[in-house]
Amino acid sequence: MAELFTLPVLLGIFYSGIRLATPYLYAAIGETFAQRSGVLNLGVDGIMLMGAYTGFYIAMKTENLLLGLLGAAAAGFLMGLLMAVVSVSLQAEQGISGIGLNLFGLGLSTLLFKVTLGGVESIRGFQPIRIPLLGQIPYLGDIFFNHNLLVYGAFLLVPIANFILNKTTFGLKVRAVGQNPQAADTLGVNVTLIRYTTVCLGGILAGIAGASLSLALINLFQENMTSGMGFIAVALVYFGGWRPWGVLGGALLFSFVNALQLWVQVKGINIPSDIAVMMPYILTIIALTFSGRRARQPQALTKPFERGEN
Amino acid sequence: MSDLLPTGHKKIEEMRMEGIVKRFPGVLANDHVNFDVKAGEIHALLGENGAGKSTLVRQLYGLYRPDEGKIFINGEEVVFHSPKDSIAAGIGMIHQHFMLVPDLTVVENVALGLPSSRGVILDLDRVRKRIEVLCQQYNLKVDSDAYIWQLSVGEQQRVEILKALYRGAALLVLDEPTAVLTPQEVDDLFITLRRMAHEGHALIFISHKLHEVLAISQRVTVLRDGKVVGTRATEGATKTELAQMMVGRPVILQYEKSPLKMGDVLLKIENLVVRGDRGTDALKGISLEVHSGEILGLAGVSGNGQRELAEALAGLRPVKSGRIILNGVDVTHASPSVRIANGQSYIPEERMKDGAIKDFSVADNFILEDHAKTPFSSRTFLNFRNIRQTSERLVQEFNVKTPTIDTPIKNLSGGNIQKMILARELSRKPKVLIASQPTRGVDIGASEYIHQRLLEQREAGTATLLISEDLDEIRALSDRIAVIYEGEIVGIVDGKAATTEELGLMMAGIREKANP
Ligand SMILES: Nc1ncnc2c1ncn2[C@@H]1O[C@H](COP(=O)(O)OP(=O)(O)OP(=O)(O)O)[C@@H](O)[C@H]1O
Ligand SMILES: [Mg+2]
Repeated sequence: MAELFTLPVLLGIFYSGIRLATPYLYAAIGETFAQRSGVLNLGVDGIMLMGAYTGFYIAMKTENLLLGLLGAAAAGFLMGLLMAVVSVSLQAEQGISGIGLNLFGLGLSTLLFKVTLGGVESIRGFQPIRIPLLGQIPYLGDIFFNHNLLVYGAFLLVPIANFILNKTTFGLKVRAVGQNPQAADTLGVNVTLIRYTTVCLGGILAGIAGASLSLALINLFQENMTSGMGFIAVALVYFGGWRPWGVLGGALLFSFVNALQLWVQVKGINIPSDIAVMMPYILTIIALTFSGRRARQPQALTKPFERGEN
Repeated sequence: MSDLLPTGHKKIEEMRMEGIVKRFPGVLANDHVNFDVKAGEIHALLGENGAGKSTLVRQLYGLYRPDEGKIFINGEEVVFHSPKDSIAAGIGMIHQHFMLVPDLTVVENVALGLPSSRGVILDLDRVRKRIEVLCQQYNLKVDSDAYIWQLSVGEQQRVEILKALYRGAALLVLDEPTAVLTPQEVDDLFITLRRMAHEGHALIFISHKLHEVLAISQRVTVLRDGKVVGTRATEGATKTELAQMMVGRPVILQYEKSPLKMGDVLLKIENLVVRGDRGTDALKGISLEVHSGEILGLAGVSGNGQRELAEALAGLRPVKSGRIILNGVDVTHASPSVRIANGQSYIPEERMKDGAIKDFSVADNFILEDHAKTPFSSRTFLNFRNIRQTSERLVQEFNVKTPTIDTPIKNLSGGNIQKMILARELSRKPKVLIASQPTRGVDIGASEYIHQRLLEQREAGTATLLISEDLDEIRALSDRIAVIYEGEIVGIVDGKAATTEELGLMMAGIREKANP
């Protein structure tokens, strides 16, 4: 155990903790918007896979990472649009359509991967950028201010999302539509449009979350490379009480335990690796059980909207 | 006279609906209805449950499109595709069920959906200031920064009125605004409404309560089965006349009660302590006895523990201490099914939440309690023939207006859902009946009917606990009246001797010298 508590290892754990939070943050913040407007999108994982694949393929072919990122966002948008059509317009059961979307994303990304790439290849992804001045601070500079673009983006997203939700007219509509769509409708708010917007935004962010894996963290694409991260992101939204700052807390907690677990394995500490890998997930379940914030759940979550019902 | 309102918006001099027809599957909800209202006027819309009042005004608010007919504002034809259009035309509506977002503050609820002076960024300070001005102009009291869930029903309604005024409503529709208010809150509302009319607003007022209509309106239009029975000036009209127009036959407003034949105690409540939703004790040691053959009325202003008492008696809320003895059996901690098996029937206050499953058909709702018993099933399989026969009979006997017994309950009007629940509960021949607000939101025809059935049940020896906020109802039916205040019984008085003033004082918590 003692070898975990040396300075370089601790720095390493914090550094990877921050890094690993990236995909969860994008995906979970996007999902926060969807859920605050009353749509539970369980297809996040499938969208992430499509984003990861599209981003990787485009970046590899064009040798332009930003184009890849844009492609991932576009793929995510289309997947989000599909979810919106099925669950908002066609009013399908949200849980089931989300699972369907997830399987669709998994299948399609695997198929495309096999047809277009065949084998695992890697690329040179987004590189760390050390921020002038801040990056020079001892220790903190290494932990916080020496990351790639997508990591910075993920953390910036939290205050931005918080601002949009709480301080803008759009955010007010989102919150109202998720709590009482009938009331919003009687005030002339277009419930359908708001839900389309949030679900598509959630799709875009999930696509970027996928790209953060294939273009920044792992720098390759592999079949089912998310291995359920999208579902953890959904859990983090609950854990965070549907608030961006809460989601940030959950994402950090989860990724720090994950980083710790990785270092435990790297250092060859005598814990069976399967148990170590399970740790973050077990922690998530425990945290979800005790977070007990059910009361804050958007009242209309999972309920399709129909005008005139009361 | 200026053609502007204090809010700075233009008046609607006249709104006219002509030949409005609206059909729902199996129902002609509006049948060539003509209706109009003018600036400065309060026009009341009367009618039994399901007469088509809400349907008519919902078309005016753009929630439904008329199948036929036209709407004119100041002589020009208008077509509303959604509430957005009607709001823009100066129409506001207070809905039968409040349209507020409980987790948002008053300011946020008012600002919702409006453009902001700062573009995409909310400008709540400006909204707050304007709310203050409106509150002053119309003499309303509201705390702008409170969350909706913290407000009383009366306050919530003021927020609804503010929302409409803020959007420049020149014509305000109020769909049963008084159904959930205390008498004091109704007085306050009427002051506001009179003021609005005086300032030049046009108002449409929907209610079942005749004395309210007589007190507040200048004209009355009565709807029956989707058709206009007539429009007349309120001045000179009497309750009896209006009731007859609504129901189509003379209505009894005073009941004949047979002499009391009090029997054994069937329901005994001893020192009952029950926790409310906020975690504090909502009932602080209540004791009551209800005898066979009597109706014990429980009066009180809403929120003083009535709901918690009803739920504890029904087995829906855990009891902290004390005992409930039903027909000689201790059921304090028993499940609802044990209570039902011991002869208790329950008419819940929230009929859609606790009394019926809204997506189930009328027939399915009838057998919710007894589906596992003969004649409705033979242990395993449901007996559809018996279910249908019984349902058809109950629908007839209890006068439930429904297209078929397979219609989902949610498409019935409030009064008819209540009759369906009453039919289910009374056909089980209960020994003890807990009736919680049995006629809230129910029209006079149906109320009269429900009251008659409760009195019949009394004669048959049922012990009835009648929980109601309607003092007239309590006084008309009860043999004894208990008054509840802040979770305690203030006193129990004789039903015949009690005066409204005396009860009113007790409801405000002023203790009566004990005379049970
Ligand atoms: N969305 C709907 N779908 C089908 N039928 C409906 C719908 N809305 C109302 N109805 C039917 O139309 C008729 C008129 O209903 P409406 O709600 O207008 O009555 P109301 O006069 O407002 O009654 P209440 O006093 O109970 O509120 C009723 O028979 C009702 O069952
Ligand atoms: Mg109505």
